[in-house]
Amino acid sequence: MSDVVQTATALPVGVAVDERPPSRRPRRRRGAGPVVASGLLWGYAVVAVAPLLVMVVSSLRPTRELYDQPLALPWPLSVESYRTAWTEASFGTYFLTSLLVTVGAVLLSTAVATLAAYGLARSRSRVMRGLEALFLSGLMLPIHLAILPIFYLLDGFGLVDSRLGLTLVYAAAGVPFSVFVLTTFFRQLPLDLEEAARIDGAGAFATFRHVMLPLVRPAMATVLVFRFVPVWNDFLYPLVLLRSSEKYTLPVGLTTFFGEYQTDWSTLFAGLVIATLPLVLLFVLATRQIVAGLTAGMGR
Amino acid sequence: MTRRRGARPAAGGAPAGLTLGRAALFVAPALVLFGVFVLYPMVTAFSYAFYDWRGTARGGFAGLENFTTLFTEAPYADQLPRAFGHNLLFFAGTMLVQNTLGLGFAVLLHRGRRSKRLLQTLYAMPYLVSPLVIGYLWTLLLSPTFGPVNALLEAVGLGSLAQPWLGDPTTALPVIVLISAWQWVGFPVLLYGAALGGLPEELSEAARMDGASSWQVFRRITLPLLLPAIGTVGVLTFIMAMEAFALPYALGGSTGSPAGATDVLSLLFYRTAFESGATNAIGVSSALATVLFAVIFGGAVLATRVLRRQEEAMLR
Repeated sequence: MSDVVQTATALPVGVAVDERPPSRRPRRRRGAGPVVASGLLWGYAVVAVAPLLVMVVSSLRPTRELYDQPLALPWPLSVESYRTAWTEASFGTYFLTSLLVTVGAVLLSTAVATLAAYGLARSRSRVMRGLEALFLSGLMLPIHLAILPIFYLLDGFGLVDSRLGLTLVYAAAGVPFSVFVLTTFFRQLPLDLEEAARIDGAGAFATFRHVMLPLVRPAMATVLVFRFVPVWNDFLYPLVLLRSSEKYTLPVGLTTFFGEYQTDWSTLFAGLVIATLPLVLLFVLATRQIVAGLTAGMGR
Repeated sequence: MTRRRGARPAAGGAPAGLTLGRAALFVAPALVLFGVFVLYPMVTAFSYAFYDWRGTARGGFAGLENFTTLFTEAPYADQLPRAFGHNLLFFAGTMLVQNTLGLGFAVLLHRGRRSKRLLQTLYAMPYLVSPLVIGYLWTLLLSPTFGPVNALLEAVGLGSLAQPWLGDPTTALPVIVLISAWQWVGFPVLLYGAALGGLPEELSEAARMDGASSWQVFRRITLPLLLPAIGTVGVLTFIMAMEAFALPYALGGSTGSPAGATDVLSLLFYRTAFESGATNAIGVSSALATVLFAVIFGGAVLATRVLRRQEEAMLR
C-alpha cells in the first residue's frame, strides 16, 4: 500500500530523466548496460532479503528437516518451534518486558521532548539557546560509555534490575534526538494561530494543549517511530542493568536462549523472528504515518 | 529563521513568544531527565578514570595511573592494540565495501528507475533488525555442520569453498565486516540517492555534449560533487565501527573468539568492567572508556574539519 504511494511520488522523476535530448538517448541505452544494471540491482535485492527469508522459513520447519535439507521449502508448515520459544523458553515474558520498556521509554521521552521543544522554539531568551545547545550536544555523546556511572546511579535509586530503571535510561537517551526534531518542527509552524488563541484569553498551557499539540502530532509520530527501533534493539544496557532472568528483555533473553537451545535450530530461528516481528509491523504501519507527515509538511 | 519572521510583535499587542519563566516550565521535565540520566553519568564517567577503585568503593585520586595500567600491564597492554587494530580494520572494511556498493547502487538507481523505492526499501530491510539478531542469524547460516551457506556452496558445485567461516581466525573478522556492510548498505544508498537528486544536471549534461563517456562524467563531475555526502557516510561509519558491540558479541562471544580474532574495544571494555573481577576494574575500564571516547569524538571532529576544508578548496 505505502509502496504504491511512494512509487507514485517517484514517477515524475523517472519521466523527467527520460526526457533527455533524443539524440543522446539511443547512445546511453545501447548495448547490455541497462540489463546488467537491472540484474545487479535485483541481484543485490535478493542478497539483502534472502537471509531474512531463510530465517522466517527455517522457523517454520522442524529442526531435523533443517539438518537433512537446509535449502528445501517448508511444507507442511509447523509452528511448533514458536510454541516452544514462546512458552518453554520464556519468550512470552521477554517480549512483554521489551514491549513495556520500549513503549514506556518512547512515550516518556516524546512527551517531555514535545513540551521542551515548544518552550525552546517559542522563547527568545539566551538561556534557552544555551539549553538547546546542551540538549543537542547529547546527539554526539556515545552514552554507552557512561554505563558504569549509570549502573551506580540506578543502584543508588534502588533501580538496578528493574524495568523502570531501564525505561528511564532509554527515555533520557532519546531526549536529544526528539528535542532536535520537534524544535525544528515547532519553528516551522506560524505564530498566528497561537496569537489568536492568546488574544482569546488562552494561557500558555491551554494554547499548547489545544492549538499546538494537534499540529505537532505528525512530528511526534515520526519521533516515536525512530526512537522505537534503537530502544527495542538495544543490548548493552539490559545486559548490564538486569539481573533476574524473568525481567530480561528480548535481546538479553536471546543470549541465554542460544546457549540452552544450541541444537534446536528451528526454535532458535523462531526466537529471532519473534525478536524482529514488532519492528517489521511498526515499519509497515508507520510508513504511511511518515509519508503523511512529510506530505503535510510539504503542502504548507 | 521562520521563527524570527513570525516573532515580530503581533498587531493586537499579545506576547509573541513565551516569557523565560513559562519556557522554563516547559523545558524542566526534559532537562531533569536528560541531566540526571545522561549528562551527569557522562561527566562522572570521565572522573571515574582518575580515581583508584576497590571494587565499588572509590579510593584516592590516582592521576593517570589507570591509563598507565591500561597501556603497560597485562592483559590490557596486549589486548588493547589488538582490539583497536580490529576496530580500524572494521572501519576500513565496512567503509570500502558498504560505501562502494552503496554508491554504485545509488548511481544505478538514480537513472530514473520505476522500482527505485521498492529496491531502496529492500536494501534497507536488514538495518531494521537488531545487530544482535543479525549476529545470531549469521551464526546459524554460517554454521560449519548444517549451515545453509555451506549447503548452498555445495549445491552449486563450490563445495571446496565451504568452511567454518566463524571458527577460523583468518576468516572470522572479514566475515563480520561483510555482515556489517550487508546490514548497513541501505543507508548509503538512501543518503547518496538524496545527494544525487540535489546535484545540478547542467554540468554532466554539458560534459556529455562535449563527448565525455559515462565513466568520465561520473569520475570527473559526479564523484567530486558527492564528496560531502561521502564524508558524512565516512564519519557515521567510523563512529559505528568504533562502538560496535552487539554484532561481534553475537558472533564471537564476549572474548572475541576464535582466539581473540574478533575482539574489539567495546568488548574489551565490557570484559574489563564486568567480567574481569579485577579489584580496580572500574578504574581501568573507565580509562578505556575515556580513550574510546577521545578516539570517537576526536576522529569525528577531525574528519569533519578536513572534509570542510576540502569542500571549500573545491569550490574556489
